[in-house]
This record gives sequence, structure tokens and C-alpha cells, in this order.
Amino acid sequence: MAFKIPGVLVGMGITLNRVIKTFQGDFKHFGRRYDQKALDERQSVYGSGIFTVQYPEEKLKPPENFRFIPFLVYDPKLDESGKPVIDAATGKEAIGYERCTSCGICAKVCPPQCIWIVRATTPEGKPKPECTEFYIDIDVCMNCGYCAEYCPFDAIKMDHDYELANYERHVSHIYDINTLMKSSTYHAQIHPLDVAREKADKEAKEAAKAKKA
Amino acid sequence: MAVNAPPAETKPLSANDPQTIAEQIKTKFPDALESASAQGIVIKRDHLLEVARHLRESLTFDYLNNVTSVDFPDRFEVVYHVSSIDRGGAPLTLKVNAARENPVVPSLVPVYRGADFQEREVYDMMGIRFDGHPYLRRILMWDGFEGYPLRKDYHEPYFEDEKKPFGTRWDQGHHVIAEDRNPWHDNVQYPANFDAVAFKAQIDTVREQTLPDVSPTRLKTEKMILNIGPQHPSTHGVLRLKTTLDGETIVGVEPVLGYLHRNHEKIGERNTYLGNIPFTDRLDYFTSMNNNHAYVIGVEKLMGLRVPERAEYIRVIMAELTRVISHMALMGFMYNDLGAFYTPLIYALEERELVLDMFEAASGSRMMCNYMRFGGVARDLPDGFLDKAKHLVEERFPRVLDELETYLTGNEIFLARTKGVGVISREDAINYSTAGPVLRGSGAKYDVRRAEPYSIYDRFDFDIPVGTAGDVRDRFLMRLWEARQSLRILKQALKDIPAGEIMTGKKNYQIRVPKGEVYGRGENPKGELGFYIVSDGTPNPYRYHIRAPSFINLTALDRMSKGYKVADLIIILGSHDVVMGEVDR
Amino acid sequence: MSEGMQQIQIVQNEDEWLEDQVRRSVFVASWDKVIDKIIDPLYNWGRRNSVWPIGFGLACCAIEMICTSASRFDISRFGMELFRASPRQADLMIVSGTVTKKMLPAVVRLYNQMAEPKYVLAMGACASAGGPFKEGYNVVSGLDKFIPIDVYVPGCPPTPQALLNGLMTLQKKIDKQTIREAAWYKKGQAEAIPDPVLGPDLIDARRAEEITMLAHAPDQLATRAIKIQTKAETKHEKK
Repeated sequence: MAFKIPGVLVGMGITLNRVIKTFQGDFKHFGRRYDQKALDERQSVYGSGIFTVQYPEEKLKPPENFRFIPFLVYDPKLDESGKPVIDAATGKEAIGYERCTSCGICAKVCPPQCIWIVRATTPEGKPKPECTEFYIDIDVCMNCGYCAEYCPFDAIKMDHDYELANYERHVSHIYDINTLMKSSTYHAQIHPLDVAREKADKEAKEAAKAKKA
Repeated sequence: MAVNAPPAETKPLSANDPQTIAEQIKTKFPDALESASAQGIVIKRDHLLEVARHLRESLTFDYLNNVTSVDFPDRFEVVYHVSSIDRGGAPLTLKVNAARENPVVPSLVPVYRGADFQEREVYDMMGIRFDGHPYLRRILMWDGFEGYPLRKDYHEPYFEDEKKPFGTRWDQGHHVIAEDRNPWHDNVQYPANFDAVAFKAQIDTVREQTLPDVSPTRLKTEKMILNIGPQHPSTHGVLRLKTTLDGETIVGVEPVLGYLHRNHEKIGERNTYLGNIPFTDRLDYFTSMNNNHAYVIGVEKLMGLRVPERAEYIRVIMAELTRVISHMALMGFMYNDLGAFYTPLIYALEERELVLDMFEAASGSRMMCNYMRFGGVARDLPDGFLDKAKHLVEERFPRVLDELETYLTGNEIFLARTKGVGVISREDAINYSTAGPVLRGSGAKYDVRRAEPYSIYDRFDFDIPVGTAGDVRDRFLMRLWEARQSLRILKQALKDIPAGEIMTGKKNYQIRVPKGEVYGRGENPKGELGFYIVSDGTPNPYRYHIRAPSFINLTALDRMSKGYKVADLIIILGSHDVVMGEVDR
Repeated sequence: MSEGMQQIQIVQNEDEWLEDQVRRSVFVASWDKVIDKIIDPLYNWGRRNSVWPIGFGLACCAIEMICTSASRFDISRFGMELFRASPRQADLMIVSGTVTKKMLPAVVRLYNQMAEPKYVLAMGACASAGGPFKEGYNVVSGLDKFIPIDVYVPGCPPTPQALLNGLMTLQKKIDKQTIREAAWYKKGQAEAIPDPVLGPDLIDARRAEEITMLAHAPDQLATRAIKIQTKAETKHEKK
């Protein structure tokens, strides 16, 4: 009878192999511990060896499509040089133009119905394409991204900020319009490809319109 | 436009054709039939049992896919889907009507044991009683719960409106939290004049009422009840097992379910068709892509939508990647149950993370992908997706699967713990309506991807692995082999994926579904995942039922674990690969 | 002039002078200061870096919790990798997923069985307030109605990094605690939360009397709810 390695030892061999591999990575990325490039390399499908992300120091960059909590986009007020004006009171970019027209599609399509919108009215009582109140209950929100997907005005988008843990929920987890409003500069930062696509679409539409005219 | 090839033909085989079957039944039982159409055969209540027996024994409809019920304004309708393991094809639909007042239907448990839990679920949710059921009690809710939740006249405490979208959200959507709308200021409601102070909860009982029985050995031991769960490290979630033991030997296991019953069906009937897609993600949270796929197939069948070629390929790629990582993770979890604590699981989860990264890049979320839409997929694949997938499928995953195989499958302890444990014969596996690797591990070659090919699975060359012994080891190996077959499919799909559109028509949130009913199904890593949808032409489904493979597989747990030691119970359960989100829904 | 003046000190009160001398020559710190500067930081440092969670997974979020403890996010970097099977050995309950009414008595019992100091982290929307399943008839809309929750982590499900962020938020909370006010060193037993009862619906045992009273007074009950219009009613009104 031929000698057969006991199955227990075979398994241990694999574990040993894995352990050795983790050190290989250490040598390969020596001195570049919190380097973004080294992190990307280790975390990709081609990587091997140690796999850990040292969370608070190094973070996995969320992909562009990543969706967490929705936010409303506004175009900031621009000064003469074309730079956004910073509002002194809030420290945020001043609101120039709110994209939301209060059409209500996001509220209709939301599966758990966590979006609440109050449409603005003119003094005569006619509806105005603006919203006065906009609430998202983020404790009901299921991060499905439908609101952003079906918004015809690119006014609601999914945020990338996931570091939202806090000690209380009754006030801070019901996002009102002030919390939800974020500048389009921020939107362009986290969704560069999407913004480029939106821009191209808009230009194509305008070109088509000009042709017609 | 790449909509050149029609989706896979899903014509039923002639042997499964309802009209032919109806004729056969008519000749045998002249007065059993109420009506017969393509929607199903309606059988008179008193003849159900004999017709079912005839179908099973003479017409080889040996597999009961699904039992559910629909609440119509004038009647209750109990719906059965039966099919044949060897013949495959679309399942045959049987229906029985029950009166609105005191609905009773004969139980099918004497014919199909797999009806056991499903009939209990129907009783629990709709209040239809099954005559002759061995243990008709609530299964998802607790005993003593007031009301039958899936009846249309049942309103839950936070009830707001019959259908979504609610009118209060837009135009004048001043935020009101649900608690304030309910008079009890909580998610509860009580009958009038209810005395909560004097109320005493019911005492737990066990299904086998044979406790004082004394064993015939000289030791005169008594039977003992051991409660496992709902919080237990090895029950894969919040499952509770009431186990009756004789010494260390299992006499009976009664799974107690419903600890994660999240009312998918009730919420789903209020949602729009589109709104249900993200909810299907949360059924079996390991395999959201497959869940999306099965649901979308069902609704598309009803709508008669064609899916562009590229979208079909993307769907298959996503579904098969999910299958690979789900099976890998299960192997890790099973080793965990055997005491190989965490190490193999960590190896498996590492690979899973890589695929989740790709899902995140494509769909936006790691687990709750919400990627498929009616008529296509949500967005096209991001740059570099295919290269990464190719690397994983061709180089990395085969290596990892080999590693996971050599890691412990030859291990002496593993073999001693799994070989010949939890055996279930082919006949029993079919009769208990088990699905997926549990069914195939016992030697029944039944896979929805081959039995009733959906999407574009008929184009790919792959095998359906089957086990021989029907024990835990075979069920374990099934996962390994199936993952390898998935890699085969993936290789072909990644090679052939065409360019083109990913969606038929324009993106639209208002979906019109014509009147009708459909049983759409797909092969989930856990087994046959089916969606029974009844549409009344409105934007919301009238009935939305989920045939959950893990739930029905649990029916066989008692049969499988009888006679084995209590230590084996954990691994027998592990080999089922239950995910409680799907079991309890 | 000032040099000379300093040498002559008129002692008005001998005790005061003595105290002054002692303060100058001997290191004196108040007990409070010792606690604030030495004991508390040491004590919290130890507790913060060995928070053992209970191995308790409820739903979808549990899978993300498992991912957090696996090799990529490696919860053991925070000293939290020991998922205890017994609540007696655990410091932290990560409520990872939907709490259903049927499961709630078990959750409350587990919380009661945990030894002080204990913390609860609500992971995801479901545990915080019911999440997308809030409208369901078997879902508890917010576990904080029954047991105190220390940290809420939003998301459905929160990614492992979001959970780690939540755990760091909890560590910050632990850092702020002081041994002087720690409830778990106070005399007398902390009262256990009574187990909820499963009746015709979930019964919060602390509210049993109120429920009985309200169930017998339908007029009073009707005034307690905010009525909002359904879609059909709004349409009708517009006409």
C-alpha cells in the first residue's frame, strides 16, 4: 500500500501556505503601508497575500455607483469669476438654483415610502415647481436608489458618505431639506462620470433643439 | 438593437399540458373537475386527494413545487403547482376553491409530504384549514396571534392605504411618523376590551406528544426535549429547533420558524411591481442577484417583454457569480459548524469580497444589488468589469475551489462526521419537495435551468451534478461541483457577451402589467425560487407569493435527522444551507 | 522695595499658612483628579479595546457583521473579534437586522442576561426604527422602545466600514464615561426589563395597564391617532 498523506496534514499545509503568502505581501509593499496605490493593488482581484484594510487610516474608495443615503442637488451661486460663493453663516456654498421641481416622482417610486415633499405654491395658490419641505426618513430608507434613478431633473442623487453613526435617532435621522441639500460641486466630486454623461446629454438635447429651430 | 433572438421558449411539454391532463382526469374521475384552462385545472374539493394521488402515481407528477392561496372577494383559492422530476417542463397548476366562511380544504400531506409546512403557512396567513393535516398550527406567527394577515381585509397597525404610492407623501407631504398615526403609539393593535394585565401566554408544546415514553432498554431513560435557538451560533440565523432526544439520539426535530418573518408578501402586495425588486434582495440576502432574476422573469412572462441579448448575458453572469460565492461561503460555514472554526470561512469570504466589490461597482451596493429591471438591467457594466470577471473565473476561482476541496474534504475528521450522516433517499427527497443541492445530493437530477430553461441557459454547455448517497458529504460536494459548473457557464458567457442595449424601451417607473397569473421561477443556489404573482391589471400585484426553497427544504429536516446523534443535527442543518430571511420571508 | 516686602509676611491665620506650606512642599491631588487623570483613562482604555460582542445575527446586516469580522475589515484590530456565544461573557450586542415581534422576547432576555457594563449598537435601519419593513405587522419599529441603545448606525445594510465607524463611535462614548458615575458600581440591583408577552399582538409588560385601560375606552383611543388622508379621500375632496 502506497503511503498517503493524512488529510489533516494536507489541510494544515494549505493554512501554512496562506500564512507565508501574507508575509510576501508585507515585503512587497514594505514601507508603503497606507499608500493608496498599494492598497488598490492588494484589494484588487489580482492581489494576493494580506487583505486587510486598516479602516480609519485607509479606506476603500466607494465606486461611483455606490449608493447610501439620497441627497438633493443644488447649483451654487457664482460670483463674477465663476467661483461658488461661500455662505458665511453655514460655511456651505450658497444656494443659487434648486434643481428639485417637486414633481413627486421620487416619492411615488420610493418602495418603502420614506420621502415626504411639500410643494411650494404661489401667493395665488397655484403650484410652483419648487419644494418648501422635503423629508427623508433614513431609518426607513432602503438605499435602493430608485429616487436617483428615475428623477428626470438630476435633482436627487445617492450620497457616498457612510460614516453617519450617532447616539440618537429621533431628530437626526429624519433629514430635512437643509440637511439634504448639497452642492453640485460635491456631486461632481463623487460622481464624475455621471456628471460628464449628464452634460453630454444636455448638450445633445440643446443641439437637437437648435437644429429644429 | 440586439433584440434578435427571442428569449428561451418555455412551452410546456405536451405531457404537462393542462388540457391533456384535464382530459385524463376527466376519464378517470368524471365528476372531479370544475373547469380547466391554461391557467390551471380547478378540482372539486372532495376529489382533490384522489386526483392528487392519481397524478402522483399514474401520471408521474411526483414533485409538489408550491402550495399557496389567493384571497378573492368571493372565495379563497388554494393553488398547487406540481411537476415531474424526470420529465421537467413547466409545472401543472391545480386549484381548489374554498368558501369565504369557514374555509376547509383536504390536506395533501398524505400524498406529498412536502405540503406540510406550506399548508401550515397557508393556514397561518389566510386561515384556510386543511382537513387531515397532522399538525395544523401557525408556523410563521405565534399561536394566539389575532387575525390572518394575508387576507385582504386584515389591516396591520401601521396601515395607511391599500396601495402604494400613498397620497400623503407628495404635494402636501408633511412628515408624520408612523407611531403617531397609530392610537397605541406603537406597531400593535389589540381587540376591544382586551385585558393585558390578566393575559397569560400559551405554554410551548412539542409536536410529538410522547414524552413520558420510557425506552425499552434496561436503563429506563426518559425522552428529553432540547431547545436549540433562536439565538444559537450554529443555526444560521434565528431558527429554533425543538428537539426530542432519547439519550443522545434524535427522536424528532420540530423547526419553529417566523423569528424573521418580515411580511414580504403583505408588503409586496401593497408595493408596485417595480418596488418589489429591492425587497427581493432582502429575501435570501446571500444571493440578491438570483432573487432579482427569478422575480423579474416572472413579471416579464406576464408582460410578454423581451430582454436584449446583452442584458440576458449580464444577468447570467451576475447570477452565476452569485452562485459561486454563495456556495463557497456555504462550504466555509459548514466547516465552521464542524468545528474548523473560522479559518476556511475567512478564505471563502475573502473571495466573496472580491465579487461584492464588482457588484458594488456595477449596481451600487454590495449585497442589496437591486440590479435587474423589467426588460433589462439597471445600468451597463462599468469599465474593467469583464476583465476582472475573466481573471476571477479563469484563474483565481478554479485555484481557490481546488484549495477549498483539498483543504478539508480529505480530512479524516470531516469524513467521519459527514459520511453516512443525515441520509435522505431519492424518493423521500422528492416527496418532501426539497430543492436545489439537497434534492440533487440524493440523486434526483432536477435543476430549473435544465428542467424549464429560462433566460439563456439553454445555450450553455454545463452538467447537473448529482450525488449518490444523499448524506451530508454529498450535499457538501454538490456545492463544490455546482460552483465548478457555474464557472463553466461563466467562461462561455464572458466569451460570448455581445455589445448593445441593456434595456428594452425607455426607463419608466410606471409599469403596466396585464391581468393574469404567473409562476416564475429560477434556480437559486438554495433551490427552486418561485414567484407566484396574480395581477389584476393595476400597478400593484393582487397576490405576491414567494416559493422559498430554504423554507420547504426544512420540511425534510425531521426526516433527515431522526436516528442520528444530537451533535450531527447542527451539521445536517448546515448542509441545508438555510437563510432565515428567505425561510421566514 | 518689593524685595523687602516679600520677606515679611504677616500670618493672619495659622491654619491657612500651614495649608499653604503643605501645598507647596507636598504633592497633593484630590481624589477626583486621580480618577479623572489616571484611573478613568486607564479603565476606559482597557474597556474600549476589548469590547466583546455577542454572536447574535438577526438578518441581512448579520452578513455584513460577519464580513466585518472576516479578514478584510478585521474587527480584531479593535479587540472585538471574540464573538461570544453566551450573553454572560459579552459586553456589546450588535443588533444586526430586523427585530420581529416573535423574536423580541428573546432579544430582551439576552439583553437582561448580559453583564454590566453593556452596550447595544443598532445596526441598520431595521434595528433603529423598523427600516423598510416598518409597516409590517410582525416588525418592531425601533428596538429602543424596549432596550436602551447606545449607537445607531444608519444604512440598509451599513457597509462593514460604516459598522466599524459605528464601533469607533461607541469607543468614543466609552471614553467619556467615568468610574464615578458608572451605574454598574452603584448599590442595589439594576432592574431587569420585563419580557414582552406574545398575546393577540405584542404586549409590552410595562404598558399592560395602559393597554387594558385603552382597550376598554374606544373613544379615548380614537383621539390618540393623527388622522391622515388616504389617496381616495384626497381625490374625493378635490372633486
